Amino acid sequence: MSGFLARRILGAVITLLAISVIVYVVFYVTPGNVAQITCGPRCSPAQVQQVAEQLHLNDPLYARYWDFLQGLVAGQDYSTGTSVQHCSAPCLGLSYQSDQQVTALILAKLPVSLSLVFGAMVLWLILGVGTGVLSAWRRGRLTERLLTGVTLAGVATPVFVIGLVLMIVVCGQLQLLPFPQYVAFTDDPEQWAWNLLLPWLSLALIEAAAFARLTRASMLETLAEDHIRTFRAYGVGERSIIGRHALRGALAPVIALNANNFGGAVGGAVLTETLFGLPGIGQELVHAVNVVDLPVVVGMVLVIGFFVVAANAVADVLYAVADRRVVLA
Amino acid sequence: MTEAVLAVEAPGASAPGASGARQFWRRLRTQRAALVAAVVVALLVLVALAAPLLTAVEGQDPTTYHPSLVDSARGGVPIGSFGGISGDHWLGVEPQTGRDLFARLVYGARVSLGVALAATVVQVLIGVVVGVAAGLGSRLVDQLLSRFTDVIVAMPLMIMALALLAIVPSSFPRPVLVALVIGLIAWGSIAKIVRAQTLTLKGLDYVAAARLSGWGTWRIARRELLPGIAAPVITYAALLVPTNITVEAALSFLGVGVKPPTPSWGQMLTAADVWYQAAPQYLLLPAGALFVTVLALTVLGDGVRTALDPRAASRLRVGTGRKREAKA
Amino acid sequence: MSDVTKAAAPARDLVEVSDLTVDFGDLRAVDGLTFRLERGAALALVGESGSGKSTVASALLGLHRGTGARVGGAIEVAGVDVRRAPEEALRRLRGGKAAMVFQDPLSSLDPYYAIGDQIAEVYRVHTRASRRAARARAVEVLDRVGIADAVRRSRSRPHEFSGGMRQRALIAMALACEPDLLIADEPTTALDVTVQAQILDLLHTLREETGMGLLLVTHDVGVAAESVDEVLVMRHGRAVEHGPVADVLGAPEQPYTRELLGAVPRVEVPRAVSGTGEAPSEVVLEATGLRREFGRGKRAFAAVDDVSLTIHRGETLGIVGESGSGKTTLGRMLVGLLEPTAGEVRYDGHARVGVNPAVQMVFQDPVSSLNPRRSVGESIADPLRARGERDEEDIRERVRELLERVGLVAAHYDRYPHEFSGGQRQRVGIARALAADPRLIVCDEPVSALDVTTQAQVVAMLGELQRELGLALVFVAHDLAVIRQVSDRVAVMRRGRIVEEGPADEVYDNPQDPYTKQLLAAVPALDPRIAVQRRAARRELTVV
Repeated sequence: MSGFLARRILGAVITLLAISVIVYVVFYVTPGNVAQITCGPRCSPAQVQQVAEQLHLNDPLYARYWDFLQGLVAGQDYSTGTSVQHCSAPCLGLSYQSDQQVTALILAKLPVSLSLVFGAMVLWLILGVGTGVLSAWRRGRLTERLLTGVTLAGVATPVFVIGLVLMIVVCGQLQLLPFPQYVAFTDDPEQWAWNLLLPWLSLALIEAAAFARLTRASMLETLAEDHIRTFRAYGVGERSIIGRHALRGALAPVIALNANNFGGAVGGAVLTETLFGLPGIGQELVHAVNVVDLPVVVGMVLVIGFFVVAANAVADVLYAVADRRVVLA
Repeated sequence: MTEAVLAVEAPGASAPGASGARQFWRRLRTQRAALVAAVVVALLVLVALAAPLLTAVEGQDPTTYHPSLVDSARGGVPIGSFGGISGDHWLGVEPQTGRDLFARLVYGARVSLGVALAATVVQVLIGVVVGVAAGLGSRLVDQLLSRFTDVIVAMPLMIMALALLAIVPSSFPRPVLVALVIGLIAWGSIAKIVRAQTLTLKGLDYVAAARLSGWGTWRIARRELLPGIAAPVITYAALLVPTNITVEAALSFLGVGVKPPTPSWGQMLTAADVWYQAAPQYLLLPAGALFVTVLALTVLGDGVRTALDPRAASRLRVGTGRKREAKA
Repeated sequence: MSDVTKAAAPARDLVEVSDLTVDFGDLRAVDGLTFRLERGAALALVGESGSGKSTVASALLGLHRGTGARVGGAIEVAGVDVRRAPEEALRRLRGGKAAMVFQDPLSSLDPYYAIGDQIAEVYRVHTRASRRAARARAVEVLDRVGIADAVRRSRSRPHEFSGGMRQRALIAMALACEPDLLIADEPTTALDVTVQAQILDLLHTLREETGMGLLLVTHDVGVAAESVDEVLVMRHGRAVEHGPVADVLGAPEQPYTRELLGAVPRVEVPRAVSGTGEAPSEVVLEATGLRREFGRGKRAFAAVDDVSLTIHRGETLGIVGESGSGKTTLGRMLVGLLEPTAGEVRYDGHARVGVNPAVQMVFQDPVSSLNPRRSVGESIADPLRARGERDEEDIRERVRELLERVGLVAAHYDRYPHEFSGGQRQRVGIARALAADPRLIVCDEPVSALDVTTQAQVVAMLGELQRELGLALVFVAHDLAVIRQVSDRVAVMRRGRIVEEGPADEVYDNPQDPYTKQLLAAVPALDPRIAVQRRAARRELTVV
């Protein structure tokens, strides 16, 4: 098991490195005059040249990537005009726009995004798996048909549509909740939860629908297997067959889907943050993208990539624990 | 028990002389929901294709401003009831600009479906090539391609697309760019499916028999493997289309997808939270159009899967039938 | 009150079935079946696939409820009217008074839970035992069915058990509540012959000790002869013949029973016609020092290890072995589908790499050996086209000839594999092999997926083709009786090596290697008296 863990972690690190190379190359090679955009439309060619010099845009790509890696591992010093700024490891560089350190920028925004994604994850797992179990248990009855219809509608609704509708109906028309305003968990947990309720729901409902479909399908598949027949032939009741044997068969696929959809959920979080005006990574990313602040963009993509890769690694380990038949290779 | 299952399945499984495609249609026809969805999708495609014709009939186009139709005193709310619906403007006009909503909606369908389909084609092409190469190639080739695929899968689509779309100069034709970006980032899962299927097929006896016949690798790949890969690829592609539609709409919603003046459903939603009280259909129209399109495509995709993998479907049917009988 | 029921109980039989019908839609799987089983007696339902025998077994426990099947007639098991009993009474019957053992022991257990826990769960359904007591009971029954170190092994999951141990575990689950009736649905079909003998012996011992009744469902007449007192032969859902095992198998009255028994290959009978009758002539294929490894590093193992063989024109070499003996790997190396890790294959005196159309193969699985998306004619034409024939008329003509040659109809050219039965598909596979004008055909378990009557036809056809075309055959199989029927020479494989090789009659009548002796002793005998002798002999033979 420890050998398996070590291999899995090494694999995750290699994947992250590969992602950083691809991201770096893609963003810094894609055409577009970064210096011109950073400097502003009214800059003279000389000023643009100066900006390019300052941002090392004229250095060869591999040298810049090497610097980037060094900063990531050992930290780096940046001269911003007159003063020298030390950026300690893991350093993701300085923002073109504000000269702020990208690492600090991200760390400031991270709690909002993490609150959003992980809170929603708890919701979608409970809602999704619960609905799936219920429809497998009541298969062939009206309950299942209703649930199937609802989950299908859920799968078909884009996250920003559901968020928009929720916000307009709940906050606007019915005025049940105020428009969400982020409150830090450490300041006031109750307000934190109340304010995140709608964003959580809009992010979770869609994902929950996917999980409900998967749980139902894998439970029905397990129910058709031979070992279920064995327990039926031994007088074991439906409750134990559904809750113990069929549900256990759905566990591994649910873990796999959770890892697989995590990246998509992070994408959904960007939309949710933008929609509800939550000051998280997503909102910052949209802003950075609009002003072509490349260090911020690259840093954020890497941090999000880190979470996706980590989620996959955790899922792999859980998967191996959940299904001992998986060869630990 | 096994005998019983075989006995139940046998009559349906073998219609004499039915080819694969004919069986597929026969199985698809038996699913009412999928048929309705297919009709809806066909209608949507028709609307998208005939957008210029439809707007010509209405006598409008998606880009002309009609300042006279909005009440600039009240911040640009359309004049008239229900957002300015009239004989000239079937679905009313856009707040502030007064552009015709019907025209924008049908042209939006063009963008939505066109971008999603084009992106799916790119995904399938890359996925099949990489998957087959990994499945048939040597150990080293397989390991390299599989690792690369893992890396691609780990890249969050929305984030990458968001970032990529922002830095490419806007001189590049936007819808083509959006399709390319989605297609180039999100081919990982289809490659994985194709690789797995290739490995399965490669181990089957009929492929071994083809080798013993004296055929070469290329011919075997073409005649014995590709037809077997088609079913899972079509199934998966059918489910990719609605996903791509959602992604395109989300990108346009965030302002980095299709840029004005080209109309798109995502853009129409961007302004909706500003205007929903004054002109509710400004929210309802694009949201409804998106919902119906994605729903129809998803149901159709489910139907295609059932028709292509009747074994899984009959398992599920047995599962539901059992309970129904027990109640009776 | 309870005294009355107890006193009345012995008067009724354990199982009483009268005029049983089971319909699936338009298909009548069981048609008017009547039989009874006394307490402590053993009855076998014997039949080929589609005879409805397994359906009867399921119907005895009411497992058809809610599946859409219509059940008619009367079924009474241990005093319970299975058709009308309320769900609760049925659940008490299932596992409590009548327990069932299934064919595939791997898929019949939940892969995610420890075996002891699964047995304990069943035990707790029927008794009000505590968790701890139920676990103790699980260990007790596992010990009873001969699982060594039962306390520790009860914590293992099914995939950590071998096939034979899993079947023992299923039998332990059946024993947990001390049922009056054990229903065994093809309990040994998925097992190797030596393991099959162990399981049948275990069932025999348990029956002697507990006095429970046994209803055995099997396609294998030999298995029935070993285990029961009475036999009921079924065909197309009806009873063909019913009586004491010695009478039905010794002096069958019905033509179908005679046909069935005639088709069963017998390990003690020498081959009727030998190959071409010629003395061993030219060598077609020669393998020396073949070795094949799978896996890398610590997990590497040799599936085939230092095997040398010669195959002459016109002769049949039988390769027999249990699962995991490496016989399939060896077969694939002989035709060139697998490259050996060491050693070489010489064809016609020349060292060879890769495939060669003159060496063909007939595969085991009639489903996966034909491409479902191509017509059978196209599949058969493959070797013709591959060697460059272009004239469509010639190709079609040759394929039609081949179809007729293997007992099919020329018009079958444009049909697809799913329209054929298993036996017909094997014939198509043989026709495809013949299309290459081979000198050697390696048949990898060509008849193991077929019913005995079909099996006999296919084997006879292969023999005919061999005599006619002077083919050399390598016949790989796990079934010792089939191998004796077809082979001139026999090689016995175990753990990747050939442990004994020689002329068929010598190996069978006078085996030298202890493993060969054990294998032969494990083959079920058709004669119940010989079965008793073999059971005694098995107790003395154990190879480690």
